[in-house]
Amino acid sequence: MNRSSRVSRWVLLGYCVYLVLPLYWLLTMALRSNADIAGTFELLPSNPTFANFAEILTNPVWYQGFVNSLSYVVLNTLISVSVALPAAYVFSRYRFLGDRQLFFWLLTNRMAPPAVFLLPFFQLYSSIGLFDTPLAVALAHCLFTVPLSVWILEGFMSGVPTEIDDMARIDGHSFWFFFTRIFLPINRSAIGVTVFFCFMFSWVELLLARTLTGSEAKPIVVVMTRTVSASGMDWGVLAAAGVFTVLPGILVVWFVRQHLVKGFALGRV
Amino acid sequence: MAQNRVKDNRAWIGVLPVLLIVAFSGVIPLMTVVNYSVQDILDFNTRFFVGLEWYRETLDDPRFVDAFLRQIGFSAAVLIVEIPLGIIVARGMPTDGLRASLLLVLLATPLLIPWNVVGAIWQIYARPDIGLLGVTLNELGIAFNYTSEPLHAWLTLLAMDIWHWTSLVALLAFAGLTSVPAACYQAAELDGASKWQVFRFVELPRLKGVLVIAVLLRLMDSFMIYTEPFVLTGGGPGNTTTFLSQYLATMAVGQFDLGPAAAFSIIYFLFILLFSWLFYTSVMRDEDRS
Repeated sequence: MNRSSRVSRWVLLGYCVYLVLPLYWLLTMALRSNADIAGTFELLPSNPTFANFAEILTNPVWYQGFVNSLSYVVLNTLISVSVALPAAYVFSRYRFLGDRQLFFWLLTNRMAPPAVFLLPFFQLYSSIGLFDTPLAVALAHCLFTVPLSVWILEGFMSGVPTEIDDMARIDGHSFWFFFTRIFLPINRSAIGVTVFFCFMFSWVELLLARTLTGSEAKPIVVVMTRTVSASGMDWGVLAAAGVFTVLPGILVVWFVRQHLVKGFALGRV
Repeated sequence: MAQNRVKDNRAWIGVLPVLLIVAFSGVIPLMTVVNYSVQDILDFNTRFFVGLEWYRETLDDPRFVDAFLRQIGFSAAVLIVEIPLGIIVARGMPTDGLRASLLLVLLATPLLIPWNVVGAIWQIYARPDIGLLGVTLNELGIAFNYTSEPLHAWLTLLAMDIWHWTSLVALLAFAGLTSVPAACYQAAELDGASKWQVFRFVELPRLKGVLVIAVLLRLMDSFMIYTEPFVLTGGGPGNTTTFLSQYLATMAVGQFDLGPAAAFSIIYFLFILLFSWLFYTSVMRDEDRS
């Protein structure tokens, strides 16, 4: 089977170059000092320095930003997956009053522009004392990660034959045993894909994360916008921070790459 | 959803946690917005009911209409470039081996970069003084400067969005292509089908499902774009790259016009719902007919 024509292979090659060039440029900037960047234009850094990376790893404002980001991303992923699992299971197994309407209503939340919710979120989380905590950002991100998780998980679970449920019942297993020991292990890769997408959408978001945090829980993406504008344009450090925010993504993709194609193939992502 | 589902209303227990959390993070804020949108709020203790006044005002506001038209232009341009490009890229992908894995990772990388970092990367890349792209274009004799030329700003934003999101279309299309059975290609070959015919009659019908999702996602997300233009152009030069979210954020956070901003939000949300629904139902109606 040879579906790729010569034209499409060349387009792919060109596209890869197009993808790599800005990333390459980010890396060279991160390896140069500010005076160097402003003074000369060069394709290869002639005086590479790791000072920018050192700045990020030693300055608490920067590394604390990473810790804050990771804590709300992890919280969000935990909440989303744990509430989405039972919901996806019942959507895939039962008919009940208003199931279709409910399912599509959930999806409409994925279409709500985050800009719409800025002020209400700010008010809501301030009034219950969660403002400036990772939990506030995690809950706010649930607006789009929970519907997405339900959608992905339901897609996978509908593909698991219901005979498995019946068999477990005949064998005398309790529902709880069936769900945790039999059903969830079958859906391992579904959970993997879901975790990946929750992680991804929570990690890349800026607008809500910025609105819901002050000085305590400031995430890395916000540190990048604030610190840099305060001290003039520090291109080198900005680029180094950029490199650090790209790395987790590459790592995560590498580990889930096989599941990813399967998840995409369901058209549920 | 599967066909042979059992009817049981106790299933509501299973969706209850999701309902609670979405009600908290979705319904309460949305109702707050609706509530704002019919009031004139001077401060939090002084407010008047104004009915649909803000809705009328928003729809008559020339700045809203301009931002809306720019938004439609941007979303249309994004879809026209990214969907075909994504399909071609997917057709060029090798199906297995280390090279395929590495390509997958490379393609997925832009999707996992925080959106403001995407803006910063393109800022560093396109600036006429330090950027590889900006300097190269100027060396070639094109006076490229995206901060002062509206056309250049638009093209840079488009180039950035293509860089950021074409991979999503490509990955979806790639996953769709892996589900085409080899026998279909052999049959087409026996019939002497041209490359174009293979694509049009063998691959495209099987890609339909994933492409519907791809168009929907790109439509919704490009309609909500905020962070990347905010970092790259800040909506400028002038207002030439101010899209809907940008305008809304200025209104709500910058000027604190709660009522008008809320009415704007509701109209905005309804438009996204409307576009998605129109597209979805028109595609599904074709499906029923064929």
